[in-house]
Amino acid sequence: MTRRQICAAGLLLVLTLAVTKVITAQTAGTIKVGVLHSLSGTMAISETTLKDTILMMIAEQNKKGGLLGRKLEAVVVDPASNWPLFAEKAQQLLERDKVAVVFGCWTSVSRKSVLPVFEKNNGLLFYPVQYEGEESSKNVIYTGAAPNQQAIPAVDYLMKEVGVKRWVLEGTDYVYPRTTNKILEAYLQAKGVKSEDISINYTPFGFSDWQTRVAAIKRFGSAGKKTAVVSTINGDANVPFYKELGNQKISAEDIPVVAFSVGEEELSGLDTKPLVGHLAAWNYFQSISSPVNKTFIDQWKTYIKNPKRTTNDPMEAHYVGFNLWVKAVQKAGTTDVEKVLAALPGLETPNLTGGIAKMLPNHHITKPVYIGEVRADGQFDVVWKTTGTVPGDAWSDFLPGSKDIDADWVTLKCGNYNKVSKKCSGQNYK
Amino acid sequence: MTKHLRAGLWLLLLLGLWGPSSILAQSPNDADFLAALGELREASFADKEAIVERLIQNGHPGVHSVLTAFLSDRLYFRNDDQKVFIVKSTEGEPAALDLVDPQTVKDAGSAPADSLTKIGTNNRLRRVLRTTVARFGLSSPDTAVRLDAVRDIIRSLDEANVALLNERIGVETNASVKREISMGLALAALDGSDPKVRLDAVATLSQSVSQDVRNKLASLTEKSPDGNFVEADEQVRQAAVKALTTIDTWRTLYSYIETLFFGLSLGSVLVLVAIGLAITFGVMGVINMAHGELMMLGAYTTYVVQTAMPQHIGISILVAIPAAFVVAAVAGIVIERTIIRFLYGRPLETLLATFGLSLILQQLVRSIFSALNRSVETPAWMSGTLQLNEALSITYNRLYIVIFTLLVFAVIVAVMKRTRLGLNIRAVSQNRSMARAMGIRTEWVDAMTFGLGAGIAGVAGVALSQLTNVGPNLGQSYIIDSFMVVVFGGVGNLWGALVGGMSLGIVNKLLEPYSGAVLAKIFVLVALILFIQRRPRGLFPQTGRSAENG
Repeated sequence: MTRRQICAAGLLLVLTLAVTKVITAQTAGTIKVGVLHSLSGTMAISETTLKDTILMMIAEQNKKGGLLGRKLEAVVVDPASNWPLFAEKAQQLLERDKVAVVFGCWTSVSRKSVLPVFEKNNGLLFYPVQYEGEESSKNVIYTGAAPNQQAIPAVDYLMKEVGVKRWVLEGTDYVYPRTTNKILEAYLQAKGVKSEDISINYTPFGFSDWQTRVAAIKRFGSAGKKTAVVSTINGDANVPFYKELGNQKISAEDIPVVAFSVGEEELSGLDTKPLVGHLAAWNYFQSISSPVNKTFIDQWKTYIKNPKRTTNDPMEAHYVGFNLWVKAVQKAGTTDVEKVLAALPGLETPNLTGGIAKMLPNHHITKPVYIGEVRADGQFDVVWKTTGTVPGDAWSDFLPGSKDIDADWVTLKCGNYNKVSKKCSGQNYK
Repeated sequence: MTKHLRAGLWLLLLLGLWGPSSILAQSPNDADFLAALGELREASFADKEAIVERLIQNGHPGVHSVLTAFLSDRLYFRNDDQKVFIVKSTEGEPAALDLVDPQTVKDAGSAPADSLTKIGTNNRLRRVLRTTVARFGLSSPDTAVRLDAVRDIIRSLDEANVALLNERIGVETNASVKREISMGLALAALDGSDPKVRLDAVATLSQSVSQDVRNKLASLTEKSPDGNFVEADEQVRQAAVKALTTIDTWRTLYSYIETLFFGLSLGSVLVLVAIGLAITFGVMGVINMAHGELMMLGAYTTYVVQTAMPQHIGISILVAIPAAFVVAAVAGIVIERTIIRFLYGRPLETLLATFGLSLILQQLVRSIFSALNRSVETPAWMSGTLQLNEALSITYNRLYIVIFTLLVFAVIVAVMKRTRLGLNIRAVSQNRSMARAMGIRTEWVDAMTFGLGAGIAGVAGVALSQLTNVGPNLGQSYIIDSFMVVVFGGVGNLWGALVGGMSLGIVNKLLEPYSGAVLAKIFVLVALILFIQRRPRGLFPQTGRSAENG
């Protein structure tokens, strides 16, 4: 053996060793996925399900061999329905646990609370719940519906198909109903509805004494024009509201109520008899038949070990969001947030209703919109749907201030670009 | 002309359906009837509407029962032979359903519930069905059914329906149904051309207080955009204005009564949640932050009792009252013996300990029943409204809760004034050492008093299960209210709690229409704080020696 050969062999050995070391270093670590959902307190009722959904998706992905050859590992924290605690827990996930991505939040106020933390640490948050829009952050992917993917189509349906002329906008007193109702009011007025035909009212969280309000709705609705209630009532206040409607004999045939926050999960906790025929607008219903939905429901029931558990719209949003993130990581070849964010726009993944969800440059996705009537068994009959999918619009076209604002993280690299003044004014437009 | 012809045909058809003169009817086509029924199984909602039309045209004697069943979600088909049946009742979700053959309207045995599939309806279809079924209901032997039928028909007055009402008023014997029909006819007559008839119609309508009548009359007094009155006839317009004033006066009066009732019902809920606290806080001086959770226990007991007897929802709520009392009272006694008795005279520590306890109880319920709310069904006898007239109706569940609160209050007062236990409780609360010197086992009395207060909280939980969510957070939403009532009414005074709760409820409801629910609550709180500043001992302060020690 010549000296040169020995040299070459030695070099080869060193190289091989080096390469194996790098590979083992990579496979040894797991990819950490943060789950930021309240497991106690008032929001636990809704958010616990979403935590389980993400854990199920992670287990499924690990069965397929993980991601980039590494296993996924969930880091679950409990922000306990406490808004400042959301920010603390988010900081802990990003700084101490160094998670690659976070799936979390339900209420808008919790999202607003973690937003600065994600922007400061350059984290990545997938937010799965329908919200009021007027926001587009570089570090947040909004997989829930923007107002134009839920509220506006629902009002269109009532106006065109049901012939509604008078509107009650009834909401819980916080940011989502207030912004949504502002958009809806502007939209209705643009459609020629007079302001005396619109009644807007807010009640506190957990409100339970609906007698006066329901009597007022009844009076408002008996002026001889077809009336509907657009409800952004959130959480616990819904049950007594519908009970009171039933007791005062307001049926869905007379004054239909279309709700944006009542899904299968909420219905499973209440006596559905007084609700039959009332409406809900969502981007997903458990009753929609598609092969992929059937697989998902079966998977969920097996995972949660309860054949009676339901699936709902925010779960579908997490399903879509998780798959989008997996695809983006595979495309980027790394979990580095900058590279994943660059890979996300334009990606497509099947949603559960048989269509395709596409990631848009404004960090929202395309979604179909369905209107369902409540059945006695707590599921929904789809009575109307949009043709094809609707792209999510971060900035409503019906509010004077936000009409000219555009969000585009691909070419403009800005969450609120003013098309008139051609300026990017930071991330929070106000 | 064709319209009249069609109305006539309608009449013939309907007469044929139920009248003794069924010879007039076209011979009902059995085959077509069955075919239409069969198609209902797979049809889309739009097609179902067409099929319902076809069924009406068909005139088979079974049509009435089929459509009534269809409207009330009792039309099913059997999975193995696809045959359509009417189900007698689905009340209480029985395992086996009793079937009725739609063709012969006779019993056809029963079948297990999971071998049958329901034929569903949607809003549009239900509206069509309701008017159709109402036409049948006009000749029902039951007065209430006839009254509802007339009301349903009045809401969609077309020529066919007016003809029907005209036909009916001649044979109707019941005064209130007759009155309702004449209202409907008067409404229709307003659209006629004879001024005399129209004036009469306005006169008839002025006796009504219904919103529909009001709207119709108001439309007569309006001006059209070009400045002229919509109603050209001066006399009719004047009469309409007068009638409108009468109607509005009555309606305003009724709306005051309604608000008063709303206030009383909110007040009685406040009294109910506060009355247990009036005993533990008022009499014993224990700040029990877990009071709300004791109510939650009562509400969950209702849920458990109801799940245990799914066939008897109506009775389960009555069974739940003593059950909830016992569960909450036992929990209360355990809390008193293990925690509170070590903390008497240390209010701050009691407050913290019971607050911690409330969190433990919440999490306990979350672990046992899950974080999701549980559904407690409202029994049939508690749902619906007591319709006093067109402008005033009272919901049964609220009415029962007002009555229930007064009953509970009467029982508590009786226990405190007339029983040995009550005497002991009063003695211990007035002068502990003297009571002990007289041979009263004060420790035992403490436990019993706390148990009584807790038990009442449990009973309040049963009532709350009918009004709000049964979930781990139920107690939290009422704890502030109950302390508010006790402090306002005067600590240590049961009557104070009653008067305090009722007046807070009424004030809240009087403010709500003007200020909205959020502000109304804030106003009440601010007013309460100012009131406490002036009278720190509440509405009915305790007087005498015991007050000095308190």
